[in-house]
Amino acid sequence: MASVEMRNIVKKYGDGFPAVNDVSLDIADGEFMILVGPSGCGKSTLLRMVVGLEDITSGDMVIGGKRVNDKAPRDRNLSMVFQNYALYPHLSVFENIAFPLRLQKTPEEEVRKRVTEAADVLELHEHLERKPANLSGGQRQRVAMGRAIVRSADVFLFDEPLSNLDAKLRGQMRTEIARLQRRLGITTIYVTHDQTEAMTLGDRVCVLRKGNIQQVASPRELYEQPANLFVAGFIGSPPMNFLPATVTNGQVKFPFGEFQLDERRAQAVGDRELVLVGVRPEYFEDASLVDDAKRDHGVSFTARVDVTEWLGDSQYAFIPFDASDEVTAQLRDLSRELDSDQLRTQAVVSIDAASRMREGREAEFWMDTRKVHVFDPKTGENLTRDDEAGAELTRLATEDREAQVEEARSRI
Amino acid sequence: MSTRERTLWIVAGIAIILYALFPIGWIVSLSFKAPADISNGQFLPTVFTWENYSLILTGDASELFLPALLNSFGICLIATALACLLSMFAAYAIARLDFPGKRLILSTALGVAIFPVISIVTPLFNLWRQIGLYDTWPGLIIPYLSLTLPISIWTMSAFFREIPWEMEQAAQVDGATTWQAFRKVIVPLAAPGVFTTAIIAFFLAWNDFVYGISLTSTGAARPVPAALGLFSGASQFEDPTGAIAAAAVIVTIPVIILVLIFQRRIVAGLTNGAVKG
Repeated sequence: MASVEMRNIVKKYGDGFPAVNDVSLDIADGEFMILVGPSGCGKSTLLRMVVGLEDITSGDMVIGGKRVNDKAPRDRNLSMVFQNYALYPHLSVFENIAFPLRLQKTPEEEVRKRVTEAADVLELHEHLERKPANLSGGQRQRVAMGRAIVRSADVFLFDEPLSNLDAKLRGQMRTEIARLQRRLGITTIYVTHDQTEAMTLGDRVCVLRKGNIQQVASPRELYEQPANLFVAGFIGSPPMNFLPATVTNGQVKFPFGEFQLDERRAQAVGDRELVLVGVRPEYFEDASLVDDAKRDHGVSFTARVDVTEWLGDSQYAFIPFDASDEVTAQLRDLSRELDSDQLRTQAVVSIDAASRMREGREAEFWMDTRKVHVFDPKTGENLTRDDEAGAELTRLATEDREAQVEEARSRI
Repeated sequence: MSTRERTLWIVAGIAIILYALFPIGWIVSLSFKAPADISNGQFLPTVFTWENYSLILTGDASELFLPALLNSFGICLIATALACLLSMFAAYAIARLDFPGKRLILSTALGVAIFPVISIVTPLFNLWRQIGLYDTWPGLIIPYLSLTLPISIWTMSAFFREIPWEMEQAAQVDGATTWQAFRKVIVPLAAPGVFTTAIIAFFLAWNDFVYGISLTSTGAARPVPAALGLFSGASQFEDPTGAIAAAAVIVTIPVIILVLIFQRRIVAGLTNGAVKG
C-alpha cells in the first residue's frame, strides 16, 4: 500500500505533441482515484506512466515516497488490469492468476493458498482448470482481477476494465470492483471515459482535457460546483444545459425569461453582455406539478416542446431555443470535444413522469434558479463556483473514505 | 445444397484428387516394377517386386543412397532448427521494436528469397573450395539458411505481429523481465507460427537440388536429391528408373509423416498468417 504523487508530469511524443501536460496529482494511501475524460485526453497515457509502460518526458513520479521514473514496471510492484484483459491463453485460469507468484518463485503451497483465496473473493472456483478462451467476458474480467489481487501490490491500476462488457454485466462488475477495493483498502487508479463509473466508484475524480487537469474533486463537488464549462458538460447525464444570457445588476435575461441571482452570485458575475447559464435538466419541472413551497425559488416560463421521452420512472422534454451563431458554434465545439453528438441548440429538461405534456405544443415550465451556474463563454470559467461549498463536499467524501479504509484494515 | 450440386462437387473433387495423385501413384507403381517390366505400357506392374527397394537399401545402390539419406536428414534438421531460432529473434525484433533500417531488413530478406540460386552457386563453389567448406555439412547448411531464413523471418514476424502487445506488457507488470516475458508468454503463443515456419523451412531445404549437386562430391555431405541423379543402372544400357522411383517414394515418406502430424497446426498457421500481417 502506498500513496502516489505526480509532480509536473509531462509526456511528449516524437512529434512534440504533449499528450500529458504538466500534471500534478496527489493520491492518498487507500484512495480510489478516477482519471476520466473524453478519448485522447491523456488519461491512459498517464496511467501507463504510473505503471512504467510509457517513458516520462519530464516531472517526477513518486510511489510510496520513492521516485520511480527510471524503474522498470516489474520493479514498481504495481498490478494492472488491462482493457482487453491480456490473459495468457495458453495457461489455465489457475496458472493465469498464479503467474505473478510463479515469477517471484513463490513456493507451490503458498501459490495454491493465495490463488484459492483470490478465487474465493472473485467466485472463480469452478473455473480454475479451464482455459481463458472458454470463459465468458465477465469471467475473463474476474480472472484479470484475480491476477491483480493475488500479489500484494502497492497500487491497483485499471485501464477501462469494463468497456468490453455489455451494459448489465458492467453494472455488476462495477459494484464488484467497488466492494473489492473497499475490502482490500488498496490505493487504486482507475481510468475510464464512462462518467457513471467515475461518479459511482471514485473517492475523488480527476477530469482531464487534452492532457491538462481540469478539476480534481469528489464526485459530488464535480456535479454541484464544477470548475468550468468542460467539467460541467462532461459530468452528468443527460448533460447540463447551457443557455446564452445577459446579466445586468444580477438580473439574468435568458431565452426563456428573466430571473434574479442571489447576492453572492450577482457579485461574482457582475454586468456582462454574454454569459452561458448552466442548468441541470433536473432543475426544471412541469410548472403544474411544482410544490407551492418550492415555487418561489424559481421562475416559470412557457415554451414549445419539441420531443418528449417517457422512461417510466422519469421523463425528458426537449425545448429548442434560439441562439446567435457565435454561441451555437461554441456549443457545438464543446459538445464535439465532450464526445457527445448534440446537433441542435435545445435544452434537455427532466420533468415528472406523470406529466402529460404534449409534443409540438406550448407548455408551462418551472426552473429552480438556486443552483444555476454562470459561465464565461470565452474562458469557460465558472463565475459562480462556491469554493467553500465545494471543498466541504470533498472533505466529507474524504472523511467517508478514511472511515472505510480504517474499517477495512481493522478487519484484516 | 441440392442433390445435383452435391454430386457435381463430389465428381469434381474426385477428378482433382486423381489428377493430383496420379504422378505419385505412377512413381509408387514404378518402384514395384522389375526392370523388364518398366516399359510394359501398363500402369500396374505385371509382377509385384521389392527388388528396387532392396537394391537401394541393401544392394549396390545402398552405398550411394543410405549416406545420402542420413546427410539429408542431418543437414535439413540442423538448417531448420537454426533458421527457426534465428528467425524467431529477428522476427520478434521486427514486430516489436522500432529501429532504423527495419524495412531494409525485411526487403533484403525478400530480395534474398527471390534471388536465383543458380547465380550464387558458382561463386560459392569457388569460395567453399578455398576455405575448406566444400563437401561438408556446414558447407550445405549455410547456403540452406539463405533459402530458409528469409521466408522464416517473414512468416514469423506475421505471427508475432498478431500477438497483442498487452500480453507482454501484462507480463512485465506482473514482474517478468523482457526475456521471461518472451519465453513464458510470447513463444508459447507463437508456437503454431514456429511449427509452420519449421515445416516450410524443412521442405525448402529437403527439396534443394542445385546446392546439393554443386557443393558436394562424395557421400560425406551429398543429400538425397543429388544422389538420385547419380544412380546408375545395372548395365550401361539400362536406366535406373525403378531404383530412382523407389528412392523417391522413400524420401517422400518423412514429408508425408511430418505433414500429417502437424496438419492442423499448419492449416491454422497458414490461415492465421494469411488474414493478418
